[in-house]
Amino acid sequence: MINLKNRAFNILTLTLVSTVIFVILLILQYFKVISEYTGLLLTLAGIYVIVSLSLNLITGFTGQLSLGHAGFMCVGAYTTAIAIIKYGMPIPIALILGGIMTALFGLAIGIPTLRLRGDYLAITTLGFGEIIRVIIVNLDSLTGGAAGLKGIPTFSNTGDFIIDAIIRFSWVYIIMILVIAVIHNLINSSQGRAIISIREDDIASTSMGVNVAYYKVYAFTLSAFIAGVGGGLYAIFFGYLNPAMFGWLNSVNFVVIVVLGGMGSITGTIIAAVVFTYLQEWLRVFADFRLVIFGLALIILMIFWPKGLMGNKELSITGFIRQLRSGEFSPRQIKTKWNEFRQKKGRKKDGRAD
Amino acid sequence: MEFIQQMINGISLGSIYALLALGYTMVYGIVKLLNFAHGDILMLGAYAGFFILTFMGVTPASMLVAFIFSMTICAILGIVIERTCYKPLRTSPRIAALITAIGVSTLIENGARVIPFMGPNPKQFPTFTSINYDVFGINISMVQIVVLGVSIILMVLLNYIVNGTKMGKSMRATSYDMDAAFLMGINVNKVISFTFAIGAALGAAGGILYATAYPQVQPYMGLMPGLKAFVAAVLGGIGSIPGAMLGGFILGVAETLTKGFISSKLADGVAFGILILILVVKPAGLFGKNTNEKV
Repeated sequence: MINLKNRAFNILTLTLVSTVIFVILLILQYFKVISEYTGLLLTLAGIYVIVSLSLNLITGFTGQLSLGHAGFMCVGAYTTAIAIIKYGMPIPIALILGGIMTALFGLAIGIPTLRLRGDYLAITTLGFGEIIRVIIVNLDSLTGGAAGLKGIPTFSNTGDFIIDAIIRFSWVYIIMILVIAVIHNLINSSQGRAIISIREDDIASTSMGVNVAYYKVYAFTLSAFIAGVGGGLYAIFFGYLNPAMFGWLNSVNFVVIVVLGGMGSITGTIIAAVVFTYLQEWLRVFADFRLVIFGLALIILMIFWPKGLMGNKELSITGFIRQLRSGEFSPRQIKTKWNEFRQKKGRKKDGRAD
Repeated sequence: MEFIQQMINGISLGSIYALLALGYTMVYGIVKLLNFAHGDILMLGAYAGFFILTFMGVTPASMLVAFIFSMTICAILGIVIERTCYKPLRTSPRIAALITAIGVSTLIENGARVIPFMGPNPKQFPTFTSINYDVFGINISMVQIVVLGVSIILMVLLNYIVNGTKMGKSMRATSYDMDAAFLMGINVNKVISFTFAIGAALGAAGGILYATAYPQVQPYMGLMPGLKAFVAAVLGGIGSIPGAMLGGFILGVAETLTKGFISSKLADGVAFGILILILVVKPAGLFGKNTNEKV
């Protein structure tokens, strides 16, 4: 009963908080408090959040490195775009179709590679990311080849620039919230615990009765699906597709985001993805040096700061509210805590003096 | 006749893959690390050769100098990369080392793009004027003979180092069981560095040969050969030296046959298809041992 009450509280608070943030951002955009450019970046950051979260599901939570997420985005983007242009499908169906197509590719790669131990997934996905571009260039009757696919209709065409921007932002934001909810709920379910146990020790989890291969493929296919949907949004967002947009360096970008945010942290990934999107724009002046910085950042992060921003912890709004209500942050509590902290510090100093 | 011609082209290309695959397989055999930066070592080796050959002109003597110079440079680089980037992570989870390897690879590729005298644009690689020999109607070019000859010499040399020297014995012991080797008084750190150095030197030689066969150099040139060499290493059984050689040749032949008889566009996809196939049918590879994980 208490559990149910807790859940209802969680769902209500989180829905409320995400709606409030959403409405605030919409109002800010509508009254041009934040510029159109910032609005565009926010929308792009939303897409980055979606794809990075999907990568975090397989790399951070399941512990299998995937280097082909740009390739998955590519499949999703082209499927969605072709479904809209050639078959006139509505956007939601085209997005889901893009996701399903990508998930099928994920399944085809995952089944042979993930039942093995070792790093085969990394190299297979890397190969996939390269090959899929070759295939798309060669299927030029369908995909426009190397010249690219033009004329993808945007989310809406009302003629009013601000309304269009807001509708575009809403699409991405709402799908992002859905993706966050799906991944958060998955990770906190029994399946999620099975997935995390694989990351911690796959032999131990096998002996506890977890079907390791099944859960690895499950997580990977879901990850591919989400990346495909993210790719579909990307296609509609830009209105133009070109195989060169999904190169191997884009896959590296997502790895950088996940590592920076903390492998195994949803909130960490969200923060890192938003920061990264802005950083990418600011660092544009440095041109090619940007990628040198990213490479260097990966090495330094892994050696000196492997936990990233958040490690595997989460920023929890509901947890924070609960702490507030339990009087954790009442002035008296804070005062006693502060005193305890000072005493501890003093003791440490004494210890050193001895 | 056409078939034999393509076979010869394939064997020539395959020997380059074999050289690269040896680097992958030796490093993997000892530290269980998939060294993504190996393909980029090929690129650096090719650039080192490029500078020597443009500086000295193309003569047999300058070719020799180019090989020695670029192999030395890359061997040193291999040690530096191992000491600075991989050694601190030897006890961390494997995924951390993998991500670092990606970082090293990105750093080298894009570092090469911003270094002024390397730059992002492809450069013409100076090669000798190729003479074609006609043997019973089959065309064999001078380049192919050089590529195959150098590869075979290097492979024989490697075979001697691994099987005939004390260092090779230590390498085999370390790859068999690192902790036990350490307890037996083998300097494991030295052995690992030596392995990276040899792997990188072979990669550098492969780079010059690759650039001689496809005469241009550019910063991303190592990506695809590196990927294919990894497939070759898996095909032969990762960790197995004869396996890597055979895998390289098979992959080279498969690629040129596809190029010659099916479609040149599919050639890059073939390696990928072989990888999936081998993982489905015989994941341990042709020469690999089926090992069971023990807790």
